[in-house]
Amino acid sequence: MSSRRSRSRQSGTSRITDDQINDLVSKLQQLLPELRNSRSDKVSAAKVLQETCSYIRNLHREVDDLSERLSELLATADTAQAAIIRNLLMQ
Amino acid sequence: MNPKTYHHISSNPSSVKSRFTRGFLRAFKKIKRQQRLLPTSSSSSSSNPSPRPYLYGRVKIAADKSLALAVGSRRAWSRALLWKIHYKAWRQRSRFNNKKKLLKENKKNKKNKKKKNDDEEVGFRHAKELRKLVPGGEAMDLCSLLDETAHYIKCLITQVQVMKSVDQIYSF
Repeated sequence: MSSRRSRSRQSGTSRITDDQINDLVSKLQQLLPELRNSRSDKVSAAKVLQETCSYIRNLHREVDDLSERLSELLATADTAQAAIIRNLLMQ
Repeated sequence: MNPKTYHHISSNPSSVKSRFTRGFLRAFKKIKRQQRLLPTSSSSSSSNPSPRPYLYGRVKIAADKSLALAVGSRRAWSRALLWKIHYKAWRQRSRFNNKKKLLKENKKNKKNKKKKNDDEEVGFRHAKELRKLVPGGEAMDLCSLLDETAHYIKCLITQVQVMKSVDQIYSF
């Protein structure tokens, strides 16, 4: 307890406690597909952050790929397809 | 599900999903309509290198913008993303008009050099990288950064899911 008190005295403006950070880190860990199954005490916080960064980069890349595919579809679209889509969306 | 447990309805993923789907489809159809009016577009010729990168940029911006709008202004990352999109559009427009306005952005970049001490105290070197990936991450403290990251990841997953199904529908 005394160590936590002295740490909060050093960082006076930001009242971040260890529990809060561990809470948030474990919440992040649950979202990552690779680390979801491992126990939280085996996975360090630095690893969780590292996996988060690479996961976000993967998701960005997926969004870029999908945007490119959709833009290619726009470039070569057919009027018959538009009718099908309109019917699908109206259901 | 008890409706009283939803304090922030906009952070519930299923309603974000439906709002994003509606907004993205609307923007996508608009791009499609505008693309048909161009004289160079024709369904028979598939070799059109010049409109392709332009279309890709518009689709990507539409996806990001409709995601940020679906989340609303309650989250710092969605506000930062919307601001970034509008700023880039404004910069493109003002590049034609007045080059002196571009000098203001240099002053903005010098503000974000505080609040890095928290990361070193807790020992997270990777937080620096994370700040670059999450929109608006540079100016957040560590707690908010982790919180916003979790929500951002959930919404990115939703975005990918919806775009995949739109792609499936359109590619018959």
